[in-house]
Amino acid sequence: MNKIKSLDDLKRVREEALEKRSKTTTTGKAQVIVGMGTCGIAAGARETMKAVLDFIEAENMEGIIVTQTGCIGLCEQEPILQVVRGEEEKVTYGKVTPEIAKRILKEHVSGGEIVKEFMITL
Amino acid sequence: MKELSLHILDIAENSVRADAKTITIDIEENSQKNLLTIEIKDNGKGMDAEMVTQITDPFITSRTTRKVGLGIPFLKAAAEACNGHFSIQSTPCVGTSVETSFELDHIDRMPMGDIQSTFLNLLVGYPDVHWIFRYGIDGKKFTLDSEPIRESLDGIPFSDPIVLRYLKNEINNGMQKIKNIHKQETP
Repeated sequence: MNKIKSLDDLKRVREEALEKRSKTTTTGKAQVIVGMGTCGIAAGARETMKAVLDFIEAENMEGIIVTQTGCIGLCEQEPILQVVRGEEEKVTYGKVTPEIAKRILKEHVSGGEIVKEFMITL
Repeated sequence: MKELSLHILDIAENSVRADAKTITIDIEENSQKNLLTIEIKDNGKGMDAEMVTQITDPFITSRTTRKVGLGIPFLKAAAEACNGHFSIQSTPCVGTSVETSFELDHIDRMPMGDIQSTFLNLLVGYPDVHWIFRYGIDGKKFTLDSEPIRESLDGIPFSDPIVLRYLKNEINNGMQKIKNIHKQETP
């Protein structure tokens, strides 16, 4: 019973998402990558990722793909967040707290301005 | 790490890294047996017997980006500090299963913490993995299977804001339900 109701809900969710999508013009796809190795998790990466998802939901940001990656060998810089905006080059940020993550989404992912003070060079 | 749900996230990340197609996370709180059990099972590439015996050694890791692997030793130590146990079974090309248990009311048992965020992170972060999450409290179960959700969404990504809202509600309500039922029954 419950399951069927839930799947019906999902169909509605899907239709709603599709409708929204056709209305808003896509501003080019962006990818947000959060480092989720043991080092990242211990440094607070789950909370950083949570902030990213909450922000996308609150601001209704469309066309953003959020993925995770393992340890990239910069454990001391965790939590690490990377942004790839359309064809632009990947930008890596270090020591990204939930607050900084929200700023990056707003200023960089949405606005196209790299948040230079938290950027790290690989 | 401060929460068991962070350890669970960490171990599940290992499964993803082992190219698992299906990953099952099974958590069970049993107050009668005073036991908390966690099982993370995958159908990834697995490990040979030698690697399995070495896996709890922090200085053994398959990773090349750094030379120490702390995830599994951390969890093992946490379980053993709570009169619990830790075991890992693995077969090359078949998969790996990590099982750990804790004394539920042990003073040193870290809290489960934000398991909802752990589930949501894994779901959204690895949409190509088939996730099965089960959380049981004294026989009352919450199950979330990503496959029917993915099929119903038919191409709409999990990171879409409307889908995110749906997933979050689904997980939070499901967890709330088993916790409430539990509360009503224990005087």
